[in-house]
Amino acid sequence: MRPVYAISGGVSKFAKARPDKTYQAVIKEAYDYAIEDLEISFPDFTRIADGSVASYFSDHFSRQLMAAIMATDYLGLCPKPSHRVEGGGATGGLCFQEAWKSIASGHMDVVAAYGFETMSHVETWKGNEFIALASDVSFDYPVGGFYSGYYAMMVTRHMKEFGTTVEEMAHVSVKNHINAFHNPYAQKRNRYSIQDVRDAPMVAWPLTRLDICVMSDGAAATILASEEGIQKLEKAGAKIPRPLVKITGIGRGTDAMRMADRPHFDYDTFIEDYATEQEKASSDTMKYYKKLWDHGTRYPGVHSFRAGRTAGNMAYKHAGIHDPLEELDFVELHDAYTSSEVQTYEDLGLCRYGEGGPFAASGKAFLPDIDYGLKLPDEPVCAVNPSGGLIACGHPVGATGLMQAVFAIWQLQGSIKKHFDDKTLQVKDAQRGAIHSHAGTGTYVSVSILEKE
Amino acid sequence: MTKIPSKQEETLGGTIVHNLPFPRETTPEALAWLKEMAPIQIEQPYSIIYLHSYAQDSPWFAGLTNKKILANQDPVSGYTYATPRGHDMYSGAETNWIDITENEAEIHAFTVCHFGSEAFLDQTPYVLIQVEFEGVDTLLLSRLFGVDPTEASLDWIGMKIKPQFIRNSKLQPTDVYFVPA
Repeated sequence: MRPVYAISGGVSKFAKARPDKTYQAVIKEAYDYAIEDLEISFPDFTRIADGSVASYFSDHFSRQLMAAIMATDYLGLCPKPSHRVEGGGATGGLCFQEAWKSIASGHMDVVAAYGFETMSHVETWKGNEFIALASDVSFDYPVGGFYSGYYAMMVTRHMKEFGTTVEEMAHVSVKNHINAFHNPYAQKRNRYSIQDVRDAPMVAWPLTRLDICVMSDGAAATILASEEGIQKLEKAGAKIPRPLVKITGIGRGTDAMRMADRPHFDYDTFIEDYATEQEKASSDTMKYYKKLWDHGTRYPGVHSFRAGRTAGNMAYKHAGIHDPLEELDFVELHDAYTSSEVQTYEDLGLCRYGEGGPFAASGKAFLPDIDYGLKLPDEPVCAVNPSGGLIACGHPVGATGLMQAVFAIWQLQGSIKKHFDDKTLQVKDAQRGAIHSHAGTGTYVSVSILEKE
Repeated sequence: MTKIPSKQEETLGGTIVHNLPFPRETTPEALAWLKEMAPIQIEQPYSIIYLHSYAQDSPWFAGLTNKKILANQDPVSGYTYATPRGHDMYSGAETNWIDITENEAEIHAFTVCHFGSEAFLDQTPYVLIQVEFEGVDTLLLSRLFGVDPTEASLDWIGMKIKPQFIRNSKLQPTDVYFVPA
């Protein structure tokens, strides 16, 4: 496979509603930004681009079938090849990886990956109904289909199994909201305390409104290129920042739509098929897991996402990462819920299964030099969701995974100050980061590793 | 005394409008001004009735109308699914039906939904549970009745429960629900 570079990106302002523009025009905001950041003219870029991949989740929200072709047309990319990717909340991450495939395979040299969602076209509770249709419509949805309810069920099991607390989860909300305070693209830029999170209206016990991301309108776009593609763009006048940002790891995993169907594997199966290389190499961790299993833990059950673990292990192997906490400078992960950020710490091997709660409150996933108003026992090690994540940036589903990619590109280019007009969120000397996109109750998960060449 | 909320609830609907402000003359200045216009937003009603088939899973619903909870089982390994599944995920073989109505059941995970999708908003607060049946390998999503939703507690996990069936079947998975045993 050929090397693939993520050379540019753009994000529209995520907002509760964007009635001022059609979805095509909102996408164009992000797309034009990505092109302008390369300092190449629109016609020159259009001439060189080989194709595009489009990402959006729900036809119900847009009430426009084949919405992607209308966007591809609006962006001036017809008649070049394009297709739509859909995989629930992981749609954006999958789209990014589809663009990567087109280039890695040698099929294309320059590909635009763009995504959007317009969730404001229906009222919030109808929107929740649409989202809940991404659960089995025979057996799950009719029982009381509600994604916050599904995630709350998962976390009650996590709490029971591992002793995770609501206060530990609230640390995620405080961190991500305060990070977003410095991100002008974010929908919610507020400072909250642990108490604020717990005092917010209860949505699905134990998750409050501040444990849960909001619905948004928004778009994001990235431009990926091969070495040959970069040469073509530069020959046409593009200014592509050096060092380049290379995509060095790609991983994906899946699991049953119905979380009730997920297996409850024994210790040996977990170690053989799911433990990270780092976990397998540590006798202390093996003993720790044996103890968990002896007390009744089974994997993944409803408390863990084996799709996330599978995607992470695959991406780490591809990128040559052995100790993700130490070898990643940041992670932009899919925190639709504070609980899912905690669960994902474990899936991605940032800590061991069962230790996501204490990890959330440890300070290791926080940024240095920001006053979170919290007493954190440990120094920051690997910033998780330095952008503010979904909880604070918003979650226009088809755009979210690509938003993560854009923020990762900017982190690795060292250009956060340029794009945010604020350097607070710039991860110092960022060399390598991961983006993690997650669908359903953990049905599709993608992990991509980006690094500074 | 109930406190009046500080923000009025947003609703759709409103006045029918038959004309909108627009420049009387389409002069260049007036046409340029059109870019300053606020967007026009309209309501687009949309409804549809689907003819949904439960297909190979139909016996499960027929079972509920007859106060029976069925499960599917792999014919060789015996791996058993509480939520119907026509083929086993490991062997690929077609599964058989078994009756698990009398199997002991307990709560594996739960939540109390204080909000919900539009279709279920009027039922809040409601309790969702994942039911674990003895001798069954997977879970079943259902509802729990007979508890105080304001007293939600992790102690509910592991609670022994028993099925109840509604008398007038709706041919929905909610034809069965659970209560503390």
